[in-house]
Amino acid sequence: MSRIKEAFGRGKAFIPFLTCGDPDLETTLELCKAIEDAGADLIELGIPFSDPIAEGPVIQKASLRALSGGVTTDKIFDLVDKVRKTVRLPLLFMTYANVVFSYGTERFVKTATEIGIDGLILPDVPFEEKGDFEPICKMYGIDLISFIAPTSLERISIIAQEAAGFIYCISSLGVTGMRDKINSDIDKMIGLVRKSTTVPTAIGFGVSTPEQAAKLAEKSDGVIVGSAIVKLIEQYGRDAVPYVFNYAKKMKLAITK
Amino acid sequence: MSKGRFGTYGGQYIPETLMNAVIELEQAYEHYKNDEQYNRELTSLFNNYVGRPTLLYFAARLTKDLGGAKIYLKREDLNHTGSHKINNVLGQSLLAKKMGKTRIIAETGAGQHGVATATAAALMDMECEIFMGAEDTRRQALNVYKMRLLGATVHPVSSGTATLKDAVSETMREWTNRIADTHYVLGSVMGPHPFPTIVRDLQAVISKEIKEQMLEREGRLPNAVIACVGGGSNAIGAFHHFINDKSVRLIGCEAAGRGIGTFDTAATISTGKIGIFHGMKSYFCQDEYGQIAPVYSISAGLDYPGIGPEHAYLHDIGRAEYVAITDEEAVSAFEYLSRIEGIIPAIESAHAIAYVLKLAPKLDKDKIIVINVSGRGDKDCAAVARFRGEEISDE
Repeated sequence: MSRIKEAFGRGKAFIPFLTCGDPDLETTLELCKAIEDAGADLIELGIPFSDPIAEGPVIQKASLRALSGGVTTDKIFDLVDKVRKTVRLPLLFMTYANVVFSYGTERFVKTATEIGIDGLILPDVPFEEKGDFEPICKMYGIDLISFIAPTSLERISIIAQEAAGFIYCISSLGVTGMRDKINSDIDKMIGLVRKSTTVPTAIGFGVSTPEQAAKLAEKSDGVIVGSAIVKLIEQYGRDAVPYVFNYAKKMKLAITK
Repeated sequence: MSKGRFGTYGGQYIPETLMNAVIELEQAYEHYKNDEQYNRELTSLFNNYVGRPTLLYFAARLTKDLGGAKIYLKREDLNHTGSHKINNVLGQSLLAKKMGKTRIIAETGAGQHGVATATAAALMDMECEIFMGAEDTRRQALNVYKMRLLGATVHPVSSGTATLKDAVSETMREWTNRIADTHYVLGSVMGPHPFPTIVRDLQAVISKEIKEQMLEREGRLPNAVIACVGGGSNAIGAFHHFINDKSVRLIGCEAAGRGIGTFDTAATISTGKIGIFHGMKSYFCQDEYGQIAPVYSISAGLDYPGIGPEHAYLHDIGRAEYVAITDEEAVSAFEYLSRIEGIIPAIESAHAIAYVLKLAPKLDKDKIIVINVSGRGDKDCAAVARFRGEEISDE
């Protein structure tokens, strides 16, 4: 059984996101350990891209901080190698098509697999373009994660039928970032997914409070939290580890209830 | 492979949230491009509002001075709002209106596309928001004022390098935020399918007119058509109806900035490599890890790290040639054309003129060159003066 499938088998999944190298790679390593200890079920590791078109200001700024600190794809591969020495959770890379393509898609996926990556999330690769990436991911045994959005409608069943790992359900219109309210008809989205596949669903974009997370976890198999964590790292820098630990613990508790 | 490809280039590399919007746009365009009423309205706007057809002007003094090929200027600078941008903007805005959209959004670099979009929004009574790099809003304050005068809201974009590529990213982000009533009027032959095709078709009026005018004047086709290339909309417009005429050389002039051997360049074909960005697979200026490179050119309209996918394809198959022109060469050509023909070209267009200064003397007198003068240069006078060490101001 794949590590991703196993993780969803334990109950509602809490999936935190970190930008690798923000504020530095050593802190990212510490954060991965702390997040696992806090009860997270999977970890999304962002490889920063200069122009992340699906991100709001919080993750945009984190990407720039990491890149100006000299982080590169190769340095992140070294980091994950270290993370894997202690962290057992499924790890997914979240980045943009050009980061993978320019490295050489096969070379990227092969290396990622060797260091223990379980999945790949590319927000600028929709269903129509996955042919550049998915066959190679399959060949090396990692999951290319599919997205659905509130605008997907009749596309949902086509996307869901071919989905692997889990389905990333975008909660709202717009880019990543904290929102007071999530207004989309999540039940309808998830309902349409359920008609086509048993692959688990996780909801992301805009989730920051335990109350929101608890509500969304009722509707799906997991909750993804990015900007709220990155905001803590922006605020506390190298001292962020205990703050992120406490936050992650609170969120995990909220969705487990 | 997905739709909208030019060879392996193009595609639709965008977030899922936008996919139904581009599919809806493609379907609407496929319908309206053959719709008599749509085409009648667009032609009427071109003829009665923009001032088309634009002149194909024989530059006698320029020809004589260079002593080689005959040179014609396609005067897109004479269009309403001062550049070729209005051709695309009116076509897209009219399409958006037919689709029931009430709001248009757009990116702009120097402000030419933003002003054209704000103009169309005023004419068609649509809500309009323009995204412009914060750096560019300072460099082009007059265009910011014009857009506001025309009723648009201008959002300075301070993310990334605060220039054109960031304005494109931010407009895409805004589109994911509000799709139902909004059309994104992309300004060049770039971005996800169907934009490179729509923008090309709308700009193709340029080469259609050049061909008709040339046959009328000279009874034959030109030997070369030359245009500047950033994203590449005026160039593809000038090339399109000649692509199957193999005797016509097609030459695109990229912005080399301070030189293609420096980091201060925007010459994508000369210095970039294949990548995926802003919805398309094409050539991009980028580092070894695929991070998009900051680019530089004196010309804000060519200051973009990518090139439209059809140009990437025309380059690969050898149908079009791409050359790099430095700031210094473009500024000299800007000054030269002003003095010799009394025509102040946009600094973007001056890149095409600069190449002709090198090419024309080498060609026989029975050869014919057409330069697409994509815009007028009023907006560039202050920057060129500054380049020459002179500060000018209206204050």
